[in-house]
Amino acid sequence: MSRQPPVQQPPPVQKLRLRYTKRGVARFTSHRDFGRALERALRRAEVPMAYSSGFTPHPRISYGSAAPTSAASEAEYVELGLNERCDPQKLVAALNEVLPTGFVVLDAAEAVKASLGDLLSASDWEIRLQGAEPGVLAVAVAAFLEREELTVERMTKNGMRSFDVRGAVVAIRAVSDEVIALRSLQQQPLVRPDDVVSALRQLEPRVPEGLPLLTRLAQGPLEGNEVADPLRP
Amino acid sequence: MTVTAPKHSLFPQLEPLLASVSKPIQYVGGEHNSVVKDWDAAEVRWCLSYPDAYEVGQPNQGVAILYEILNEQDWILAERTYCVWPDMEKAMREHGIPQFTLDAHRPVGSFDLLGVSFATELGYTNLLQIIDLAGMTLRAADRGDDEPLVVAGGHAAFNPEPIADFIDLAVLGDGEEACLLISQIMREWRAEGSPDGRDGILLRLAETGAFYVPKFYDVDYLADGRIQRVAPNRPTVPFQVRKHTLMNLDEWPYPAKPIVPMAETVHERYSVEIFRGCTRGCRFCQAGMITRPVRERNIQTIGKMVAGGLKSTGLEEIGLLSLSSADHSEIAEVTKQLADRYEGSNVSLSLPSTRVDAFNIDLANELSRNGRRSGLTFAPEGGSERMRKVINKMVTEEDLINTVAAAFSNGWRQVKLYFMCGLPTETDEDVLEIADLASKVIQVGREKSGTKDIRCTVSIGGFVPKPHTPFQWAAQADVETIDNRLQLLKDKIRQDRNYGKAIGLRYHDGKPGIIEGLLSRGDRRVGRVIERVWREGGKFDGWSEHFSYERWTQAAAEELAAFGIDLDWYTTRERGYEEVLPWDHLDAGLDRDWLWEDWQDSLDEVSVEDCRWTPCFDCGVCPELDTEIQIGPTGAKLLPLTVVNSSLA
Repeated sequence: MSRQPPVQQPPPVQKLRLRYTKRGVARFTSHRDFGRALERALRRAEVPMAYSSGFTPHPRISYGSAAPTSAASEAEYVELGLNERCDPQKLVAALNEVLPTGFVVLDAAEAVKASLGDLLSASDWEIRLQGAEPGVLAVAVAAFLEREELTVERMTKNGMRSFDVRGAVVAIRAVSDEVIALRSLQQQPLVRPDDVVSALRQLEPRVPEGLPLLTRLAQGPLEGNEVADPLRP
Repeated sequence: MTVTAPKHSLFPQLEPLLASVSKPIQYVGGEHNSVVKDWDAAEVRWCLSYPDAYEVGQPNQGVAILYEILNEQDWILAERTYCVWPDMEKAMREHGIPQFTLDAHRPVGSFDLLGVSFATELGYTNLLQIIDLAGMTLRAADRGDDEPLVVAGGHAAFNPEPIADFIDLAVLGDGEEACLLISQIMREWRAEGSPDGRDGILLRLAETGAFYVPKFYDVDYLADGRIQRVAPNRPTVPFQVRKHTLMNLDEWPYPAKPIVPMAETVHERYSVEIFRGCTRGCRFCQAGMITRPVRERNIQTIGKMVAGGLKSTGLEEIGLLSLSSADHSEIAEVTKQLADRYEGSNVSLSLPSTRVDAFNIDLANELSRNGRRSGLTFAPEGGSERMRKVINKMVTEEDLINTVAAAFSNGWRQVKLYFMCGLPTETDEDVLEIADLASKVIQVGREKSGTKDIRCTVSIGGFVPKPHTPFQWAAQADVETIDNRLQLLKDKIRQDRNYGKAIGLRYHDGKPGIIEGLLSRGDRRVGRVIERVWREGGKFDGWSEHFSYERWTQAAAEELAAFGIDLDWYTTRERGYEEVLPWDHLDAGLDRDWLWEDWQDSLDEVSVEDCRWTPCFDCGVCPELDTEIQIGPTGAKLLPLTVVNSSLA
């Protein structure tokens, strides 16, 4: 009586991939926070989700590489498994009606064969370092580009890890006195924009100590030297 | 401190700090169903608070209800604020950022009213924290005309005397109409040009007899430390302040669109209060005494609220709340029809199961049709039959064993039993009987289920006598007594070779209970203790990792010595009939003589019935407050759901 065999759920009839933002207050959501918020928004929008099988069925959602908590983003990706076919644009409109502040779905498309994980191999970042003295970032970036390898340390849940930062950087430049544009690869171990800032600080101690404000501007496969659209590769 | 115009958002200053504190999401607002209104278009502006961290405060039902009711009015604006953790507090103080609201990140000090809901007295130090971090004046008497009125509500506000120095106003009882009435009085006073400043508005509120303004009441003391008299110091202010009672709950279906948190919180469900009030008459239960009479929502309102709440929140868990949900006159129909409606969906229904009878098992079965039967919770509260007579929790051992037998026969494998320790007249033997009861539960469980895989968790905490209950005169058991009895119980369970390993014991030591006791039955002199503790860094007293018993006892010893009284005087001392209690001028509708008789009956182990099914026993509430019991059955069915064609194809 206590354990009934779980009902086997049918596979999704359609998979849609969405591009969404994390703006303003939403930048402070963690990956887990967003997961809960999205599931609730999907129910409010009455999106016909497909569910996993088992005792506690979960809606079929796969998340692409998520921006760290406190980073804003214009290009986060998620894949939804649906049990009824939906028009991508109608789904976008319905979700945008009910998403919390700062989350906006910008685009949606039928999933292609390549996995989101494989497609999201590079990102464009804006790194804002408030209070940087004029010219300092340009000097730091120039020094960075001269190096072939640059090791930084970061505390991870497995303890202090050191890894090379330079290899992950495709392009970097100082856009203004306080802003750096970064194009980097998402590889293992993951090099985050703040790791790049640590490296810049190693090379140029005048790079401000404060936490940089990060915004992901684009994410997708690296084609030539550009980050391409992962929804329509 | 940074000068900020009221309508200005503090977010630009906050944003750089947030990346460096833990769980910043709890400070930013922006949740689904949160409301940001035009500051200038509002005539009355409320900041609502539950004085704890967001994860505890956000799910509070009272704040959720008032937030909606206030914001529904186009001339009122309501936002929310919660306690910030020490890392955030440090960052805010360093950068001169005051306590702010989540909704529009406005400084709390610029609102007209700061409404604080107290479910527990252990939130008092956090109140001081919020007031201070808001840049407001700590003591109400010293506040300027431009500072918010600090309004206390919630169950603890039925004796707000310990925080009388820090609040401007206390509201007793249901807040739905009260918050609108306060707003209306403030609006009229404003329209007249705010005559007589802060005292002008406070006097208008106090004169209604519906709001308690501590500064308009003087307290005199006898030489032995007891209160001699509490009396108004203004001719137009009444001697007694009465509680608010909302009738016809079907006309007030709130919360309808509660905020859906982004951060993780302690309860993430949509809760429908299926009735308010309780007349079971458990003598320890303050909630049951101060929320009378029973007022039900009918099955159709409940059904509408459930459907609407699911739609507006996207939550999947529904709680059917009340002080004793199985007592709703149509609970069987409510649960069956809701279970039918949501069968096969991922919506789960729950009701706090506390009544100990087989009927509860039927309900629990209805609510777990998906087959997941993890655990059931019952609250016999007293370990022995004698104790249960003293507290008027009329459950026999036979009831309990029959109930758990039914549960185990129906596939349940775990029961949780709630008890209290340190009840009036209790002996060691009364508490030790809990172990016998738990052993019998395991025994019958193994018999009925045919498996040894049965567990019983005993959860036990120290009893704290509360104002407006028959036990308001009782001596609280001291820390040593509580801790000793818990140890004896622990030893007895451990020594039980047959069943001991299947019994889990969860308990709280007696220390926080003694401080809760001081704050529950304290008077205005206790305010000095609270302030001292807070000044020495005390806050988040509801969290064991932040609570410091030593800080409290030391502050109490030093601050109370001047009055010739001490911590024990407030806690372990039995009061007499003649003694003026600090809350006697605050009228919960209960007849004082009835409470005293019930206290005497308790000592004689005489029980009292429930007035829903037996004649009125004259507790006084209905005639005193001109209210009545409002219950079904209605015989109605759930209204059909309106099907909206929202195809995304």
